[in-house]
Amino acid sequence: MNATQAIAKFRTCKTTGLRVFRNAEFFTKVNAVLAVVFLLVGAIAAIGLALTRWTAVHLLGSVYYYRMLTLHGVNMLVFWIIFMEMGILYFACTTLLNSRLFSKMLGWISLALMGIGALMTNYIILAGQADVLLTSYVPLKAHPMFYLGIILFAVGALIVCFNFFATLYIAKRDETYEGSMPLVTFGAMAAAIIAVLALAHGAAALIPTFMWSMGWIGPVDPGLYRLLWWGLGHMSQQINVCAMVSVWYFMGTMTTGAKPLNETVCRGAFLLYILFINLASAHHLLVDPGVGPGWKIWNTSYAMYLAVLASMIHGYTVPASLEVAQRRKGFTKGIFGWFSKLPWKDPGFSAVMLSIIIFGFMGGITGVTLGTEQINIIAHNTLRIPGHFHATVVGGTSLAFMGLAYYLVPLIFQKEFYLKGLARIQPYVFGGGIVVMSLGMSFAGSYGVPRRHWDVDFSGSILSAGFDPIAHVMLGLVGIGGIIAFLGLLLFIGLTVATVFFGRSNEGRPMESWQDEHSTRMKDELIEKGYEEEGKDYEHIKTPGTLTVVIIFLLTFAVYYFANWKALADLWFVR
Amino acid sequence: MSIFSPVGNWFKAPTGTERLWVGLALTWCLIMSVTMPYWHFKGKQNSTGESYKVEASAFLDRANQFIESNKVGEEKGVPIVEPSPGGDAYLVGEMWRWYPILKLKKGQTYRLHISSPDLQHGFSLLPMNMNFHILPGYDHVLTITPTSTGDFEIICNEFCGIGHHMMTGKIIVE
Ligand code: HEM
Ligand SMILES: [Cu+2]
Ligand SMILES: [Cu+2]
Repeated sequence: MNATQAIAKFRTCKTTGLRVFRNAEFFTKVNAVLAVVFLLVGAIAAIGLALTRWTAVHLLGSVYYYRMLTLHGVNMLVFWIIFMEMGILYFACTTLLNSRLFSKMLGWISLALMGIGALMTNYIILAGQADVLLTSYVPLKAHPMFYLGIILFAVGALIVCFNFFATLYIAKRDETYEGSMPLVTFGAMAAAIIAVLALAHGAAALIPTFMWSMGWIGPVDPGLYRLLWWGLGHMSQQINVCAMVSVWYFMGTMTTGAKPLNETVCRGAFLLYILFINLASAHHLLVDPGVGPGWKIWNTSYAMYLAVLASMIHGYTVPASLEVAQRRKGFTKGIFGWFSKLPWKDPGFSAVMLSIIIFGFMGGITGVTLGTEQINIIAHNTLRIPGHFHATVVGGTSLAFMGLAYYLVPLIFQKEFYLKGLARIQPYVFGGGIVVMSLGMSFAGSYGVPRRHWDVDFSGSILSAGFDPIAHVMLGLVGIGGIIAFLGLLLFIGLTVATVFFGRSNEGRPMESWQDEHSTRMKDELIEKGYEEEGKDYEHIKTPGTLTVVIIFLLTFAVYYFANWKALADLWFVR
Repeated sequence: MSIFSPVGNWFKAPTGTERLWVGLALTWCLIMSVTMPYWHFKGKQNSTGESYKVEASAFLDRANQFIESNKVGEEKGVPIVEPSPGGDAYLVGEMWRWYPILKLKKGQTYRLHISSPDLQHGFSLLPMNMNFHILPGYDHVLTITPTSTGDFEIICNEFCGIGHHMMTGKIIVE
């Protein structure tokens, strides 16, 4: 124990008392910074897209629209999200387990691969040689460097996962912690396991495609490509969900002193993600040729609904743990007294709370409904799909990561934010914009407005086509929501970059709390009590507020779900 | 605390409200799970994914033959073709048009074969909003029965290159 400590230099965090290991801390920082850099690239593309889909503005030309769409998809869904997740993995396996990082060397190698891969892909997209969109569906062909860049990036990410597992191993071996690992680390482990599976599918889809683009082998079957690519694409979303839920738990503790009600339930739900997500790539192929109804129904319901169950469980346990924490602080008035007393001005908290609400009420409900075999007929490739995933991966995951950043920067970079007033409103601006945009997309999509489409007036086509004026109003909402979200995003990037590079140092001191003295003291007391109270546990504490909310959620879900069946029933008959 | 190791034996079943919610959520998931097979047997709208491997040239030959023998007119240079009720109909999606224009009868059932000789396309029928994915090399067969009359637009909703947004077609139902 002492020997390891001597080699592995660490500092003790003045806020949490946890040990921060210097070598892992470095990689957390670099990955987080790179994540924000690529977020900026994606954001610049995003505003172009939103203003192009707003038909009254129609900003970009067709070539640039498709190029920016490719740039946006790749930088946001791959580089921003995954760099951030790598930062989280480094943190979760070291500081939370009180262990050093397994290998600094591997850290460097993976960083180099991921950095080079991301630069290559961005370069070739901007050079105009890879206008194939994120999914690069064969036989659409990009320059080989496009596929190679993504493959290198993926190999780098795989190495980070390996480093993570090796660190879990040495931590266990050296007994740096007692008993089971903390829940947040467990969630991160679930993410890392799914990442390995996802990347294996990605390799199976992209390596042959790369070889085909080099002219080394014949064409790749487009149906098989879709199956494999979505093995990567869908599982990646499950990585995002695991990472996001881990952040929910982490921030729940950090901002309110909440403690999971029942570790078995929380961990069991993570386990469900690992076990039942593998075939959910099926829900991207629901109206494809080549796969039969039995396969589609089995893989959506059997595999997916148990993963859905997991999300519904977390969607209860996280707010319930907040409710219990609040009630223990004495906020017991009525059903929702605790709710109004939550630290809404703490951007770490508000971002996470908005993330829970947007992910659950918008992302979750639409996702399960659109992923229903038959209902997909009225949703496939319409704007309903981006409407759905901007509520999951943007309003959910990205917003949660932003909340995390409001604690990561003071704790890991040891810098204090300037302009805290702006930081406090940022989650509301970004979340609000995303909600408006996502609603606009979903409603436009229900008129059949396609995604990935430059001109819904179809000017220049031989046979005319077009949409109801209301659909154009909805596209206006996409533009307006997009502008608001863009401003929220710029605010986030500006604040974090300024703080990381020019913020006031808080080395040797605890971080300045985002909350007032009183609520800071109350949450710190709860955190200090920690697990000592185990046993006289929460069994007797009720969560009427959360129960009310989740029942409302279930009713909303059912109404939306059956309304979609109703809409489907009005269509022509098709088998 | 989610950031500390749990102390003691944490393995225990959920209780109280939590248990209630897990039960409700599971029930809902089961309801959704049985709805899909139920609709498969009782519902009128299903995506069976019926399809056959096909060479691009063979598919184009069949489609052209279908057009030649069933052509009833032309609009803007695009042939209008009326398949016999209950019979086969062909639709080609290529960069960047859907052809021919199909003339169908309300209440009649057709076996509509759709494929592409080049890239992936998205068959999207408006204002109905019915969508199916089209892959090159696959003859995607939709057994379709129009239940309303009028002119219907077909657009493409999968990116297929720089003219993607100009790709349109038409179905007329009488
Ligand atoms: C300011 C914030 C954002 C705005 C305004 C925005 C807006 C848009 C718009 C307008 C589209 C195009 C939809 C279409 O025409 O088909 C789009 C696509 C997309 N966005 Fe965003 N977005 C934002 C943030 C994000 C983030 C943070 C992520 C991921 C973490 C993301 C992931 C995607 C993906 C994957 C696509 C689909 C690309 C494709 O079809 O290939 N977006 N976004
Ligand atoms: Cu998916
Ligand atoms: Cu197209």
